[in-house]
Amino acid sequence: MDLSYSSQHQSFQEEVRDFLESHAEQAAEAGGLRTEKGLAWQQTLIEHGYTARTIPKQYGGFGAEPDILKTRIIAEEFATAGVSPGLGGQGISMLVPTLLEVGTEEQKQAFIKPTLHGEMLWCQGYSEPGAGSDLASLTTSAVLDGDEWVVNGQKTWTSTAHLADWIFCLVRTEPDAPKHQGISFLLFRMDSPGIEVRPLVDMTGAANFNEVFFTDVRVPKHQIVGQRGEGWQVANAILGFERDSLADPNITLQRFNALIDLMKSETINGQRLIDHQMYRDRLMKIQGRVMALRFNDLRILSSRLTKKDTRLARLIVKLQGTELRHDLESLGIDAMGELGLAYGDNPYLRDKGSWQIHYMYFLGLIIGGGTAQIQKNIISERGLDLPREPKVEKKS
Amino acid sequence: MEFGLSDEQTLLQDSINRFLDEQAPLQRVRLFAETPDYTDIWQGLTELGIPALLIPENAGGVGLGTLEAALVAEALGNHTTPVPFLGSAVMAPRALALAGGDFAELLGQIAAGATTVGIAVGETIAARDNAGVTGDGSKLDGKALFVLDFDADLYLVADSDHRLYLVEREAKGLSRTDLETVDKTRPTGELKFDKTPATLLSEDPEVLAQVIDIGRVMLAADTLGAAQNMLDQAVAYAKEREQFNRPIGSFQAVKHMCAEMVAGLEPCRALVWYAAYAIDNVPADARLTACHSKAHCAEVGAFVAKTATEVHGGMGFTDLVGLHYWFKRIGYNRQMLGAPELVREEAARVQNLFN
Repeated sequence: MDLSYSSQHQSFQEEVRDFLESHAEQAAEAGGLRTEKGLAWQQTLIEHGYTARTIPKQYGGFGAEPDILKTRIIAEEFATAGVSPGLGGQGISMLVPTLLEVGTEEQKQAFIKPTLHGEMLWCQGYSEPGAGSDLASLTTSAVLDGDEWVVNGQKTWTSTAHLADWIFCLVRTEPDAPKHQGISFLLFRMDSPGIEVRPLVDMTGAANFNEVFFTDVRVPKHQIVGQRGEGWQVANAILGFERDSLADPNITLQRFNALIDLMKSETINGQRLIDHQMYRDRLMKIQGRVMALRFNDLRILSSRLTKKDTRLARLIVKLQGTELRHDLESLGIDAMGELGLAYGDNPYLRDKGSWQIHYMYFLGLIIGGGTAQIQKNIISERGLDLPREPKVEKKS
Repeated sequence: MEFGLSDEQTLLQDSINRFLDEQAPLQRVRLFAETPDYTDIWQGLTELGIPALLIPENAGGVGLGTLEAALVAEALGNHTTPVPFLGSAVMAPRALALAGGDFAELLGQIAAGATTVGIAVGETIAARDNAGVTGDGSKLDGKALFVLDFDADLYLVADSDHRLYLVEREAKGLSRTDLETVDKTRPTGELKFDKTPATLLSEDPEVLAQVIDIGRVMLAADTLGAAQNMLDQAVAYAKEREQFNRPIGSFQAVKHMCAEMVAGLEPCRALVWYAAYAIDNVPADARLTACHSKAHCAEVGAFVAKTATEVHGGMGFTDLVGLHYWFKRIGYNRQMLGAPELVREEAARVQNLFN
């Protein structure tokens, strides 16, 4: 155990802090997707190597050597400053690493740079109404007709499909092969004829998800990543990335600090919530869990440098991290009582309604990206070598 | 930066575990429950340098740190080993180091495993049954309950002003009574003081507080080890026990119980490591992380103790498999040196969160 940074990393930390200080104004003004200022901020971050850091220059990244500690310093300093660490989304977090891993040179050239710079937005076509936890049973089909794939079927839970320019999509191309071997990974434009996007309103009232319907959508033959029938391996090459990024302990810590602020400012009968022993005990219980998961994260990070086996520590992150966030947000609501119910335009709304929104949103994340129950199967089968459930034959 | 154990630390823990696998298996622990004598095990651990672990080399010790001590505590919890490690090898040497003064002879005896020290500080955290010890700097009155590592040559005693004293077992006006507890692996008792002569170690309440900090981290580590053992036993049983013509571990109802235990317990490991590291290296974090490691491991430990027992079905409830030794050890650790609610309240106070 040695938690001090080397002088090289200390000066890097200084560098990041100086950057955040001198760019505070630009950061505060940076808008989201598709805004001029949002794109300019993304450009600035890439130029300084604070996002797309290790992606080669020729594909529009910063081209630094991988350095886990520097990546961590960036994440921590940006989180502490409350500054957006650049654009996210499934194109940047999932498709780019996939293409770097298994894409052709042509695909890398065509897609990575505009994706990183926020000019090309993606959605992910994986889940289907009949293929959730059992994703490999998906039935959206693609049949080769001359130089084009013809895609038919339906995807669901498709985040940002209503905004996206392109989709990366799992389709069944070999209907007679065993289910994991009959899938291919296609890329195609969302304005292709035959695509219909219907918003799916979730419990928070927002519609970030969509249902996406494909009717004879024609896709050029070469827009396949990996070979025919290798789509499952292509998708799984990076699936772990998504799970872990759902429960970033740096953001959990930020929310915990916000919870302390809330309980110091809100009152019952004129007395601060933090001065109520019952609420304070719940707060401290949550703090113990926040700490345990943060140190668990440090241990995992460190093991990537030392090559120590931390498989169990990694397998539990999504399950524990999302449950913790849900419980943390729940305490924010309980502490406010009736005020915690305020929503939308209510004049008594606190913190822009973030406690209720996150409370519900994180229930969604407990389910999404592999449900809690699927996570427990993975932990017990891959982590503890417990036997799998006997397979049930497919209904004919 | 490295967050993890060094090769030497892993080696230390492996060698203690190997020794305990051989010298302190369950049947040896059962024997202790009938006839409480740990001489052979303590002797063996002394040969491995365990009582000398935290004592500086110039005082005849090994001069290792709190993290190494936590790794030993974890191994002892894993084997429910009935030795006076907490008092003699950790809390007493810590108190002597913080008090300052010439304790060379006593430290040498402790390092050699020849002198053991019991711990009577519980009333400064939470006095039960109106117990408590008053002192005047040289004599003590009153009573201390649930004294840790009770079968000892000396006692480290705190009075109501949070001063620390050493009291000899044979001191005038001291009466000792064994107290039976659920945990048969931890000799526990009551001390009554009647103008009992005592050697004042420190008047600084911060010394007592730091002695309690390190004790809490050790109890957290002990629980981590005990809970890990219960989890390992539950997983092994779930693979082997068959019902409905298949191993019960293939049923999601059972495998999910195992997954929940791992999910709770694995982060405790990192928390305990950090809390131990902080005692020697990050004083500003030490009390807060000592409190949280104690409370959080107590909560997760109780969950694992219950769940691992349930995975064993009816067998878990019997004396035959002996799971209850670990169950009770975890229960003991939970109450000693501050139950979870009290320790969390202290965590909040350390951060000045409330009025």
